[in-house]
Amino acid sequence: MLVHSRAARWAVRILFLLLFLPLFVLPLLVIVAASLSSSWSGVLPSGPTGAHYTAAVRGDALTALTTSLITAVTASLLALAAGTWAALAASGAGRRTRRLLDALFMLPVAVPSVVVGLAVLVAFSKPPLLLNGTPSIVIVAHTVLVTAFAYQSVAAALARLDPAYEQAAAGLGARPAYVLWRVRLPLLLPSLTAAAGLCFALSMGELSATMMLYPPDWLPLPVRIFSATDRGSLFTGSAVAVVLMGTTLLVLLAVSRLRTRATFR
Amino acid sequence: MAEVLKSPAPARSAGGRSLPSRLWVLPPVVALGVFFLHPLALVVQQSFTPDEGGTSVEPYTELFASEVFHEALTTTVWIALAATAGCLLLGFLLALVIAFVPLPGGKAVSTFIDVFLSFPSFLITLALLFLYGNTGVANGLWTSATGAATGPFDFLTTPWGVVLAEITYFTPFVMRPLLAAFSQLDTAQLDVASSLGAGPLRIVRRIILPEALPALAAGGSLVLVMCLNEFGIVLFTGAKGVTTLPMLVYSKAILESDYPSACAVAVVNICLSVGLYGLYRVVSRRAGA
Repeated sequence: MLVHSRAARWAVRILFLLLFLPLFVLPLLVIVAASLSSSWSGVLPSGPTGAHYTAAVRGDALTALTTSLITAVTASLLALAAGTWAALAASGAGRRTRRLLDALFMLPVAVPSVVVGLAVLVAFSKPPLLLNGTPSIVIVAHTVLVTAFAYQSVAAALARLDPAYEQAAAGLGARPAYVLWRVRLPLLLPSLTAAAGLCFALSMGELSATMMLYPPDWLPLPVRIFSATDRGSLFTGSAVAVVLMGTTLLVLLAVSRLRTRATFR
Repeated sequence: MAEVLKSPAPARSAGGRSLPSRLWVLPPVVALGVFFLHPLALVVQQSFTPDEGGTSVEPYTELFASEVFHEALTTTVWIALAATAGCLLLGFLLALVIAFVPLPGGKAVSTFIDVFLSFPSFLITLALLFLYGNTGVANGLWTSATGAATGPFDFLTTPWGVVLAEITYFTPFVMRPLLAAFSQLDTAQLDVASSLGAGPLRIVRRIILPEALPALAAGGSLVLVMCLNEFGIVLFTGAKGVTTLPMLVYSKAILESDYPSACAVAVVNICLSVGLYGLYRVVSRRAGA
């Protein structure tokens, strides 16, 4: 161990907490505190109220929540399908094809999200695929952005997969489709659910590309939070932000429970 | 080894697999082409097509001559560099403590980091508004302690506010690869060095830092790319004085409806971040991450 004396060890721990708590924990606590108060001028917020939450789960804000949920679920399922397919195809292909696929599918991570939004907006504002003004343009942009992460996690999981199982199955005469469906996909299930959770969380919080192309009748939660804080209603914005964080956490928790069940199978 | 095991497979499947396996690659690549590569190509094409029609480099010459673009470029780069330096320093220190000074609740800390990473970046700016805003916590503490009318903290709408928010949000991205690298470090080395009389600082400098360099380089270049591309934090800061390249793309396209200029800025931004990202891939492959 690096620090031997008891006193020094405690000093380091206290210093760690003095850095860690204000930088990372305090911001999240502050948002929760703000969402529950009616004014904040001074050290502590004042005027405890639940009014922001009643506003946050009604009318426009509720629509934003369902909009976000529909967008995130659709985008992550599509991304998971495309990413898994590409990763499986890459693992069966030669070395050079695999490197090319790696580069192609990781490109959306390197390109700024705002530019992805601009590109999708420019491409689908004219025939043959006129999506501008419909919810699907938001879903397309989100899918493009999160597919890279689905591809990355599934490809990493495939690389760790023990080839002995599929070789045994193939050696016993199973056809490739059967091996894929009964051996490889079940073995991949934990990573697939983890990738789905990651994609969902990313899509729930996506703001950059969405700001470029959201139609007026399809406002996800982050856009709603921005328009609230831009108007100066920071407290309503905080309540919507807490709803966003809570929903994301709940879904991630559900996904991780699914994952532990899948690993025990 | 895999090749050796594969070779006794029946000739039928070996011969029949090569062609379909190529075809299997096609559908996802076609989808990527339609929804991402083609749109990206259209952006490049649009950037060479000014509103008056025809093909020319006019959007670029106009852009490179404009004051706003130069300012946005320098602001983007220096904010990203400052934030990355901050993330590396802070991330290294925090990861060092988590890995080598046993902490009660160390597992809770790493769970918290995972949760933290699943939240969007703009929440940090929202929180900083309450912490360091005009009537926020920090200024409230100051005014109640000194009796002054206003507090001294007024940096949120300057680039420093963006730097602080980016350091807060992106530090965990440096900590994760570092913690992975530290977990592979043989602690016997540390014990030997310390029993031979090396102090903690010397151990960090001579043993831990060389071991952590690849992870630091990989994490640092990833964070640099993400800082260059960050939009939510800058948008929520709402400062007129802080214009970064992504912000410029947004304001040209959405607020001014000047698509050729927006596309030209986008192309510059793509070159910058894709170039850096390529560097990150090379570095992280060398680092074995």
